[in-house]
Amino acid sequence: MSDAANNTSLFGVHGMALELRSQRMGLLASNIANAATPGYKAKDIDFATALKARIQGASTDQAAKTAVQYRVPVMPSLDGNTVEMGAEQVAFSQNAIGYASTLAFLTDEVGEVKRAIKGE
Amino acid sequence: MPTTNPMNVFDVAGRAMSAQLVRMNTAASNLANAGAVSTTEADAYRPLKAVFAEQLDKSTGLSTVRVASVSRSAATPIRQHDPGHPLADANGDVWSAPVDENAEMVEMMDSSRQYQNMVEALTTAKQLLLDTVRMK
Repeated sequence: MSDAANNTSLFGVHGMALELRSQRMGLLASNIANAATPGYKAKDIDFATALKARIQGASTDQAAKTAVQYRVPVMPSLDGNTVEMGAEQVAFSQNAIGYASTLAFLTDEVGEVKRAIKGE
Repeated sequence: MPTTNPMNVFDVAGRAMSAQLVRMNTAASNLANAGAVSTTEADAYRPLKAVFAEQLDKSTGLSTVRVASVSRSAATPIRQHDPGHPLADANGDVWSAPVDENAEMVEMMDSSRQYQNMVEALTTAKQLLLDTVRMK
């Protein structure tokens, strides 16, 4: 895939990062949703691995898929569920902050391009 | 309820919240029927329990939760000797519902906590997506 088709030339690494942050947010929301499902195994995306794969040319879905790992519970529960609410909440809010920062970088970039187009 | 559209974070949260609501309703039904008596063992109220199952959307990797079944507990009703009771059988016994009120209260608290957590996550996700749409 060319850079132009990917929009990487315009948004750089932040565009990729935002997509992966969004994928991770969905996965963490899935964990929170399944907090009471017997036998459910919590999953998470190793963000650094996913971003590395994405930069090396994998698609967003592929990159996210290769970096998915099962969470190791501190104390497994009897019904086989490995969701630990505290851990999930922390991961979710950390990811949300990552998303917000990436979005801020992106917005700056877009503003810069806009100013260039207007010739300010 | 499988849909053809790929699932998003709002589907995940919405279905999880309705599943928790079913769980809260079963706990409320059990609490409401605690102490209810009947003439025969077969007629006595048996506690309800919602059983959750994971619902995975393979195309996105997201998974939400669905209520696989609402089943009746196999607990045996409690036999009480109460000859003065209008519902007492020939032996003067009534059968009361085997509801563990403490367990049901804990179930309800757990369910409402998880509901709140989902709302919190949903609010954050919604705000982030709105910010993205407005690019600010």
